[in-house]
Amino acid sequence: MTLTLQRHYQYRKAKNLVMMGLTIFATVITLTPLFLVLGYLLYKGASSINFAFFTRLPAPVGETGGGMANAIVGTFELVILAALMGVPIGVGAGIYAAEHRGTKLADAVRFAADVMMGVPSIVVGIFAYAVVVRPMGGFSAIAGAVALATIMIPLVTRTTEEMVLLVPHELREASLALGVPRWRTTISVVARTAMGGIATGVILATARIAGETAPLLFTAFGNHFWSTSLRGPVASLPVQVYTYAISPFADWQRQAWAGALVLTAIVLALELGVRAVTGGQTKAPR
Amino acid sequence: MADKIIVNHLTAWFGAVRGVHDITMNIQDGNITAIIGPSGCGKSTFVRCLNRMHEVIVGARAEGEVLLDSENIYAPDVDPVQVRRRIGMVFQKPTPFPTMSIEDNVAAGLKLNGVSFSRSEKDQVVERCLKQAALWEEVKDRLRAPGGSLSGGQQQRLCVARALAVEPEVLLMDEPCSALDPISTARIEELLIELKANYTIVIVTHNMQQAARTADMTAFLYAGELIEYGETRQIFTNPNRRETEDYITGRFG
Amino acid sequence: MAEQAQTAFHETAVIRRETRRGDFGGRLFGDRIFGLSTLGLALVVLALIISLAVVLIQASLPSLHQFGLHFLVSTDWDPVNDIYGALPFIYGTAVSSALALAIAVPLSLGVALCLSELAPAWLKRPIAFLVELLAAIPSVVYGLWAIFVLGPWLRDHVEPILKGALGFLPFFHGPRTSVSMFSAGVILAVMVIPYISSVCTDVFAVVPQSQREAALALGATKWEMVRLSVLPPSISGVVGAIILGLGRALGETIAVAMVIGNSPNISFSLFAPAATLASVIANEFAEATTNMYQSALIELGLVLMALAIVLNVMARLLVVGVRRRAGVH
Repeated sequence: MTLTLQRHYQYRKAKNLVMMGLTIFATVITLTPLFLVLGYLLYKGASSINFAFFTRLPAPVGETGGGMANAIVGTFELVILAALMGVPIGVGAGIYAAEHRGTKLADAVRFAADVMMGVPSIVVGIFAYAVVVRPMGGFSAIAGAVALATIMIPLVTRTTEEMVLLVPHELREASLALGVPRWRTTISVVARTAMGGIATGVILATARIAGETAPLLFTAFGNHFWSTSLRGPVASLPVQVYTYAISPFADWQRQAWAGALVLTAIVLALELGVRAVTGGQTKAPR
Repeated sequence: MADKIIVNHLTAWFGAVRGVHDITMNIQDGNITAIIGPSGCGKSTFVRCLNRMHEVIVGARAEGEVLLDSENIYAPDVDPVQVRRRIGMVFQKPTPFPTMSIEDNVAAGLKLNGVSFSRSEKDQVVERCLKQAALWEEVKDRLRAPGGSLSGGQQQRLCVARALAVEPEVLLMDEPCSALDPISTARIEELLIELKANYTIVIVTHNMQQAARTADMTAFLYAGELIEYGETRQIFTNPNRRETEDYITGRFG
Repeated sequence: MAEQAQTAFHETAVIRRETRRGDFGGRLFGDRIFGLSTLGLALVVLALIISLAVVLIQASLPSLHQFGLHFLVSTDWDPVNDIYGALPFIYGTAVSSALALAIAVPLSLGVALCLSELAPAWLKRPIAFLVELLAAIPSVVYGLWAIFVLGPWLRDHVEPILKGALGFLPFFHGPRTSVSMFSAGVILAVMVIPYISSVCTDVFAVVPQSQREAALALGATKWEMVRLSVLPPSISGVVGAIILGLGRALGETIAVAMVIGNSPNISFSLFAPAATLASVIANEFAEATTNMYQSALIELGLVLMALAIVLNVMARLLVVGVRRRAGVH
């Protein structure tokens, strides 16, 4: 009797070891692409990073050399424009949803933000195309920024709402009891206390839209030269990398790696920077 | 002694639930008035009606009259914000504003109310209020430190200083010592005696000894109703009502 | 000196008090402006989602009228003759997502279990952080890597094995290329794992420690404890996580567009090129010459959006309480 129990126990122990080992194996397999991608980015892209890359325009098709200066600037341009539109709307809506928690409108806003987060970014691109590009008659930075802002708004709304809800209601009461009007309390006490979390949400959302390609494909489109106005097409890093990567030209492919390296560096710098400042306490909304 | 606050038939609801029923009492100027009673008897609700904080809760409302120096604060054209500048409040949980320094916390009430002052005026106000709150000696060298860096008892005194900076006439205190250790509690009780000279104080407490030590008048609330109200000594040694006596002697609550 | 200051301030206070006494009147100007502003911005958010749906429907109307429901089951994708059908792309989306989930779900569960049950406290944060980094890498970068590294590697090292062992299955027929449904499915899996595993980790974290201890106290091994105490209460959360992952896989555009080969043909072989709803829009929209062409592509986008929203809502219903309790802060 004890012998079979002992044997069975060995079997259970072995099974335990195998299963636990499998989870470790799964973790290793999961993390491997991370290191491979970053590794290849450095391996294939670092050698192409030079001053020219950051300052030159793309060379004509087939020629070697040139850089992605306009794409890098274009990405900054689009992201800043999108943030100018998206941050006030997102923060304002988030504050509303938090302050009026429990009302139908607040629930609707939260639901709308959740739904929007699930809309594929290419569909957002179609939306911006129909709403901006068609009436304007052409691709433009404005259209691209609208698309990116549409992606940004639900993210910022949700994080703002959650951060404002975290502020203890006693703080709000203490301010009201001092005879501070409601609106001033919300701005100078509640929002100010939540400001760290709100800023974190904004930066993470910015990192996210900086890396988006699909919504820009037929809104901002792309440009081989410097964009001179907001109403014309503008190059962006993700689209440039995409275009070069699927092209048949070896030199373009080489530059695609470099561009991808720069893009990843920017995005990771934002993500890591934010985590460093907040001590790793934040999670991006899914 | 004149009446500072006259309460006439005050009733307060949370939605459909009545928290306080038909309370009528006069609070004298310059007194410390204690509100005692078992948990859930409506003490906090009652006191929060005195500075119109009760209605901040969604679905809450109050009916009746509360006269501050013969002006009804529940009159239809009265702005609750103004009321709260004349009747201040200190809460159970010390809540210094976390993003502000100690001196900014003290001045917060003034700054947020749009009162402009120079650097020196601000320093004077901060010093005066911190002295009134018996906190000056402990923090005078670190006024720029964040408000949250103080101990619990110090934070609560900071909240008192903050409330005093707005120069209220009445100070309401909702169980100010519940979250504090005995030494800080004693300190705050000393503070109350000092403040009595310049302010009318209403203090909610579940600690009967505290009421007995500090208050001139004591009101006993039970199930939202005012059972008995009178001089502290009389309430605690010779109560008129059976319920009061039961509570005092610890038979319930 | 202090007394002087006191009097000076007291005077100001008295003055304020004077005004206050007569000025008990309403003064809600600031409140009103602020309230209206936040209300307005909240309404903008609502308007955004509504107009998104409306605009998409409106722009698909030509195609909707022309092809009706037949659109969803037709395999004709003929821009030359302006005839369009969605089936190849629905098929491509379904198969690539299914493949991605088949790979991602076991791995995600493994990672989540490793994180919540196995990893020592000092390892948990770094590992969780690294998994989150996976989600931070832009899609185009994954696509680039997939074109030049993953695709060829799969073609040269993995696909021969599959063909050798399982070549009799229709899935593994045909020539091996580096751009195929298979490559797309694999890179999709890599991109979707962080989302599924993150939700699963939260779901497992919500299981009370007392439940785990109860199982262990009975003499269960760690794995048995997981099967007894952790997995059963987490089932709905895990299903929600999977649905969430599916929703993300559906919408993933760029990396897929870069390695799937973009062929509007249905083939059972995983090694053949294919296309998804998202990838065909990405590839053909900018060159869509006729109105009908554009409208058909937009209708594809409408189908995609509807699918993604439905899945997203389903997932949130299953998972919503769990994430709050796990503390998304």
